[in-house]
Amino acid sequence: MITVRGLARRFTLRGRSVDAVKGIDFDVADGELVGFLGPNGAGKTTTLRMLTTLLRPTGGSGTVAGCDLLTDPQGVRRRIGFVAQGGSSWPESKVAEEIELQARLYGLSRTEARRRGAALAERLDLAGLDQRPAKTLSGGQRRRLDIALGLVHDPALVFLDEPTTGLDPQSRANLWDHVRRMRAEQGTTVFLTTHYLDEADALCDRILVTDHGTIVAEGTPDELKARVAGDAITVEVAADRSAEAAELAGRLPGAHEVTVVAETVRFRVPRGDAALPDLLRTLDGRGITMASVKVSRPTLDDVFLGLTGRSLRDTEPAPEAMEAAGAA
Amino acid sequence: MLRDTGLIFQRDMRLSLRNPTWLIIGIMQPLLYLFLFGPLMVTVVDHTPGFPSGDAWEVLTPALIVQTALFSGSFAGVGLLTEYRVGVVDRFRGTPASRSALLFGKVLAQAVQATAQSALIVLVTLLVFGLDAPVPGMLLSLVIAAVLAVTLSSGSYALAMVLKSEAAFPSLMNAVLLPLLLLSGVLLPVTSQLAPGWLYNLARINPLTHVVDAERAAFRGDMSSTELLTGSLVLLLMAVLALLWGTRTFQKENA
Repeated sequence: MITVRGLARRFTLRGRSVDAVKGIDFDVADGELVGFLGPNGAGKTTTLRMLTTLLRPTGGSGTVAGCDLLTDPQGVRRRIGFVAQGGSSWPESKVAEEIELQARLYGLSRTEARRRGAALAERLDLAGLDQRPAKTLSGGQRRRLDIALGLVHDPALVFLDEPTTGLDPQSRANLWDHVRRMRAEQGTTVFLTTHYLDEADALCDRILVTDHGTIVAEGTPDELKARVAGDAITVEVAADRSAEAAELAGRLPGAHEVTVVAETVRFRVPRGDAALPDLLRTLDGRGITMASVKVSRPTLDDVFLGLTGRSLRDTEPAPEAMEAAGAA
Repeated sequence: MLRDTGLIFQRDMRLSLRNPTWLIIGIMQPLLYLFLFGPLMVTVVDHTPGFPSGDAWEVLTPALIVQTALFSGSFAGVGLLTEYRVGVVDRFRGTPASRSALLFGKVLAQAVQATAQSALIVLVTLLVFGLDAPVPGMLLSLVIAAVLAVTLSSGSYALAMVLKSEAAFPSLMNAVLLPLLLLSGVLLPVTSQLAPGWLYNLARINPLTHVVDAERAAFRGDMSSTELLTGSLVLLLMAVLALLWGTRTFQKENA
């Protein structure tokens, strides 16, 4: 569905040039749900704008939905749907008007446009809102309208740029359901960008990890996580016994990456659930009291940290965190 | 392309009719000129030699029409920049619809709006101030207003897409429009008898002057005058150039 070779974009501003995307290669198969994951400024939106013909690449080549990106952008536009990051509806326009206009710009007749609009509104939980101006919709509703606008011509391939940025957790989960259903019911190929690891993890068959305009890793969420050696165990003990606890933990079979910070001891083992009874017995035998023990499966955040040396969470607060900050 | 132009035109018209404040705001200024400045013109025209022929209303009304079309056309780009910010422009550009149609539809809607405003101004002058101008001339003056709106909105849209700055655009527009307006003799005609030579010459190289002259000639019903011919040719040339610039900007792949 997508084949890209050496795709690059250089921006020149006042004599200074910046390589936003530095020659990337990747393929997306029919029916795949692929995530393009990276921090803000990694080149995700630039890549997406090139793939959707809104920005002409300065290097490389690509085929999108069977059409050449450089020689047949019109063909690409006809076959793909695009949901931009910042939204796409006009605040004063009514929901039904926007959907109908969009469908007609794709060449559908008025009757067909209305029929599709009604069906889409039903599918995306927008039914009953058709006469409402877009500015009166909630954030989640407006995002679903954006998606409806991107799907109105039944494209085989849809690009979603940061589909859940700025939504509350409930609207995010709801939107994920819609994306999953869109793929399950229509067989739509989905290419989405996100800087949320949980989103890539929850939704995508395959993830392209990007940073500084290049793709730094690629694989299924599980493959990527398998790159991080083992589960993490976090134990809290009294601060004066933490060094001793760390030393004991280090003797467990396969234990590595042991760190101590104040009363917290952290280390990795191949299988956390198997190591736990041993750990508890040993510490208990030495009379070290544990305040808490936690076993965590490797997350994509660990992967990202391992690949780029930075945590994604350092660069951007998760929506939950933003919510909390907003409430505080 | 015709179909896409129609779709965009319908959209813009529907939105502007839903909220017709633009019509009121657009003619507020010319109405103020008519009521608060017009009576002065009556005396001035009577006592000043060197004015173009016709009474005060025949001098002032066509100028106000030009001014209205000029302003509403020039600031069309502001609306486009707002649409750009909220993602509407990219959404349309992402569809297979012709990108020229995107421009033409919007320009056409601007022309209709400017014509409606001009018609209202004429109507008020007819009813309140007893303007006595020939009907074909008034109709022609509306056509000139429409073409002027096409020219300026097309240029304005192109400039907006080049600048892409909602802050810079209106200030740049004001900076360009004020000298253009003063030099076109909108309020007081810059005639050879009234103006010093250098000012007169400066006004002559301002294309807008010829448009204002043509509009006044049309209003007098002076259909065979050279002013009307020159002004129309100048206007048509500007329209062609502005539309070329607009189409080129809209068709550019990197916007």
